[in-house]
Amino acid sequence: MTGGGKGRRWNLRRSRRWLPGLLLVSPSIVAIGLFVYGLIFWNTRVALSGKHDEVSPYGFDKGKNFVDLWHQPSWPGAVKHALLFTAVFVLGALLLGAFLAFLMDKGIRGEASFRVVYLFPMAVSFIASGVVWRWLMNPAPPQRAVGFNQLFDKLHLSGLANDWWQDPSWGMAAMALPAIWQMSGYVMALYLAGFRSVPEELREAARVDGASEWKVYRYVVFPQLRPVTLSALIILGHISLKVFDLIMAIAGKQIITYVPAIATYVEIFDRHDPANGATIATYLLLAVAVLVIPYLVWSVRTERNR
Amino acid sequence: MTAAASGARPPAGAGAAARTLRIARPVVLLAFVILFLIPVYVLVVTSFKPLQEADPSSAWNLPHHWSTSGWSSAWDALKPGLENSVKIAVTGSLISAVLGSLNGYVLSKWRFPGADAVFTLFLFGMFIPYQAVMIPLAGLLTNMGLVGTIRGLVLAHVVYGLPICTLIFRNYYVTIPDELIEAARVDGAGIIRTYWSIIVPVSGPAFAVTVIWQFTSMWNDFLFAVFLGAPDSWPVTVMLNNTAGSGAVAVQYNQQMAEALLASLPTLLVYLLLGRFFMRGLMAGALKG
Repeated sequence: MTGGGKGRRWNLRRSRRWLPGLLLVSPSIVAIGLFVYGLIFWNTRVALSGKHDEVSPYGFDKGKNFVDLWHQPSWPGAVKHALLFTAVFVLGALLLGAFLAFLMDKGIRGEASFRVVYLFPMAVSFIASGVVWRWLMNPAPPQRAVGFNQLFDKLHLSGLANDWWQDPSWGMAAMALPAIWQMSGYVMALYLAGFRSVPEELREAARVDGASEWKVYRYVVFPQLRPVTLSALIILGHISLKVFDLIMAIAGKQIITYVPAIATYVEIFDRHDPANGATIATYLLLAVAVLVIPYLVWSVRTERNR
Repeated sequence: MTAAASGARPPAGAGAAARTLRIARPVVLLAFVILFLIPVYVLVVTSFKPLQEADPSSAWNLPHHWSTSGWSSAWDALKPGLENSVKIAVTGSLISAVLGSLNGYVLSKWRFPGADAVFTLFLFGMFIPYQAVMIPLAGLLTNMGLVGTIRGLVLAHVVYGLPICTLIFRNYYVTIPDELIEAARVDGAGIIRTYWSIIVPVSGPAFAVTVIWQFTSMWNDFLFAVFLGAPDSWPVTVMLNNTAGSGAVAVQYNQQMAEALLASLPTLLVYLLLGRFFMRGLMAGALKG
């Protein structure tokens, strides 16, 4: 009995140590709780409300809307577009970024300038870069072409001229080009930091054992880069699933480049169907959550264990 | 020494390959520099062309007569948006930094039970697609009388920026020795005094990283602005998209390109002048920076 009392007193003294901290972050905890988790909950209720002409959390259609969505003519295409975009963008940015970092690993004259050039697109909005990319990827045929198609024509490579993002089956692959341009410098920076964090002694030890420079990379350096690759994949993946600005800037709300993030906007503003908009947003959230939650739990846990 | 060196020397064939690689590396890297700068070239030359030259046939050429008419019409078209963007991004990034600093301080040095769980829940907020909160958020801001106002946009940016700002400061403060904090506690300093006398004086770099990061993302934001803004609070991205985006057909190429450059100049200048801090913000976003 007395032990319990002592414990309580001890707890009280302990809590005096941490309580001020909790109080200090409590405004942020409340804000995140309300604006992130509260509103996600609210949005899910709108998605489940089955009301298509007003924003209402009341009513419950047993998830009918989540099924019906797949029968909408534009939705399967939107999913297909997002997947194609994601595949090309994530792989493209990952490979190009890793390749640039690999070339710069051993140090190169003017490295700082190279980095500045590869990274500056990150500082520009998709809306601004979309203006020029829309012009570069203009699909007009060579005789009245602008942008790349005209450049190809001038270089006697008119065979390369194509419809870019207006190609019905591969358009989204072209749409991924500006995104690769924008993000591969970031991947390069991640990998460069990763390359440089492999201790020189490890590489030297492999060389002493007679490994060629390629084998040093293959068996010593690359295996150390798995965490970097994972981070890059998660970051690129979640950006890709949410892509909105870029497509709005280049194509607008056309069906040929329809993706879930655009569909949310169209459902809310043009079709005035908040329940559908909320349903699509919920699918988006689920896709991101599947990708990100395991990664977050893993990284916070490994950091604690260090 | 010599033995180790000769043992380390690759066979003759590999040596030739290594030499080729040594020459090829800068060439390939330079080729990518050119590729990366193509959009910039197009933007700059087109923006300085007079109206009659801004047509497709001479699109890749340098201007015959350099003209700033595109730039002056771009300035007229974007001026209100630029003003709004400055208000939103400057206020928002300063508030973000202060809140991020306080949160990061507590979550690294004044931890409470469950702090890790709270931190993880914060971090998830960094990744969510904002579409998943947009409908109720617009409703909430309407009830608060903030929808369509600059203050409403600042509020949204600050709240959804809390995760990344907390992360940047927390990762920075973790490197401050705990003994310093303990010593202050033993001397009887409370949480606020410790923060003010020990933490704040060394926080300069983290403040720079956070302000730059938040400024850039608020300046470049389009999603919040388009869902929560109104014509008189639209930032430059919305104005740009309305006048030079996919829907705009009546606007000349030279003005469109000048607008795109004008809208990007502030963040580009920040990046070029303070690139070091910009990089650190990027790395913090990867969690394992």
